[in-house]
Amino acid sequence: MLDTALTWNDLLFLGQGAAMTLAVTAVSVAAGTIMGIIFGVIRFQAGPIWSMPLMFFLDIFRSVPLLIQLVLGNALQSIAKLGWPPFTTSCVVLSLYTAAYCTEIVRGGIASVPVTTRRAGRSLGMTWGQDMRYIVAPLATRVSLPAWIGLTLGVMKDSALVLWLGLIELLRASQILVTRLQEPLFILLICGAIYFIISFPIARLGGYLERRWSPHD
Amino acid sequence: MIEIENAHKSFGNLEVLKGINLNVEKGEVVTIIGGSGSGKSTLLTCINGLEPINAGRIRIDGTEVHAKTTDLNKLRQRVGIVFQQWNAFPHLTVLENVMLAPRKVLGLSRDKAEEIAVKQLTHVGLHEKLSVYPNRMSGGQQQRMAIARALAMSPEYMLFDEVTSALDPMLVGEVLDTLKMLAEEGMTMICVTHEMAFARDVSDRVAFFHQGVMAEIGAPDEIFGSPRKPETQEFLGSVR
Ligand SMILES: Nc1ncnc2c1ncn2[C@@H]1O[C@H](COP(=O)(O)OP(=O)(O)OP(=O)(O)O)[C@@H](O)[C@H]1O
Ligand SMILES: [Mg+2]
Repeated sequence: MLDTALTWNDLLFLGQGAAMTLAVTAVSVAAGTIMGIIFGVIRFQAGPIWSMPLMFFLDIFRSVPLLIQLVLGNALQSIAKLGWPPFTTSCVVLSLYTAAYCTEIVRGGIASVPVTTRRAGRSLGMTWGQDMRYIVAPLATRVSLPAWIGLTLGVMKDSALVLWLGLIELLRASQILVTRLQEPLFILLICGAIYFIISFPIARLGGYLERRWSPHD
Repeated sequence: MIEIENAHKSFGNLEVLKGINLNVEKGEVVTIIGGSGSGKSTLLTCINGLEPINAGRIRIDGTEVHAKTTDLNKLRQRVGIVFQQWNAFPHLTVLENVMLAPRKVLGLSRDKAEEIAVKQLTHVGLHEKLSVYPNRMSGGQQQRMAIARALAMSPEYMLFDEVTSALDPMLVGEVLDTLKMLAEEGMTMICVTHEMAFARDVSDRVAFFHQGVMAEIGAPDEIFGSPRKPETQEFLGSVR
């Protein structure tokens, strides 16, 4: 191999960091998307005025830098004596951050379904729930998917900030190795490659689904 | 029987229906003609409860449409409606479009729903398009699919709102023929239309709407042959 002091153990260490990045991202995107769907439906049904308190709450998560949210979140949980480990705190903050963006994506997706199409569903005797589930959900998903993929990739990269709470995710693991081995370029190259390898399938999933759905529209 | 008694409907300050009285018997075909904005579409959406009314009463087989206790989803299973814009569900094939409501609303099995859907699609001449997506079909075909989709719920009444007016002239005939066929089979129908020849041909009665009022109603020969009201005469003069 190259002339490097990097050992297999170090690579394993990077791999563990990548696993942490994946875990934080997966939990936060899953929880954030579920919340985003709930909030997005509320936002759409309640209209701009009634959903103002909710939007105000979510706007906090969209406007305050994530790093500050993480540090404040951690301080809050310790003041409230919740005793959360850093992983939990990180996931809670990142989930809300994801939910704040996801809410608008979901609302936009629902709004893109023509009223006339929904009327046709209701006039066949479908309930609001059936209309949502069988007509609005599939159509809104197609419209929202590209933005959701973008959000997921963004959250994965932003998740590096949880290193500030002491979690050793991919970036932090790389930093530790750089400090020890003094080979910044080589190690960051590997780190970047791992981020790419994680992102690639997610980005391709979008293209794949769009191609699968293309005969419909 | 559809009974409309002194129905009033306003959108904000605009009074769109100013006391409509109309009874439609089982098996009857009533067409509604009239100028743009006279309230024809609004009346249809009030009949199946998509829009509330402000005063009066609409009853379908004795069930009051706008009573709080009425289950509109149940009621709509008996009253099909087809709109001017063909509203296919674009993510479903033609067959799935027609099967969806029978399966989810009526709770039929997949096989039973498919049997009904194929039957109705054959009825409107689309048996060769079962697995096609709606965007691959012409407007006329999509509109016939919408008719089959409504018929698959076995409604007792059908409301048609200018189902041909968004179509290329070449495609109007096939859809009108489908409506004629339904009329001949004894379906109770209210059709809003701009196709005067069609109205004359299939209707038991023709109603002329003018500025939210049903100005005149009668047999096609009376309305088209010897209209009594000057508004009717003027309207018919303008569309000929
Ligand atoms: N949802 C709505 N909100 C506000 N105004 C409406 C709404 N729907 C219809 N209107 C108004 O009510 C009036 C009657 O509309 P309607 O669609 O019933 O007319 P129509 O007789 O069907 O006309 P057309 O032949 O153009 O379809 C119009 O002035 C229209 O602008
Ligand atoms: Mg109309």
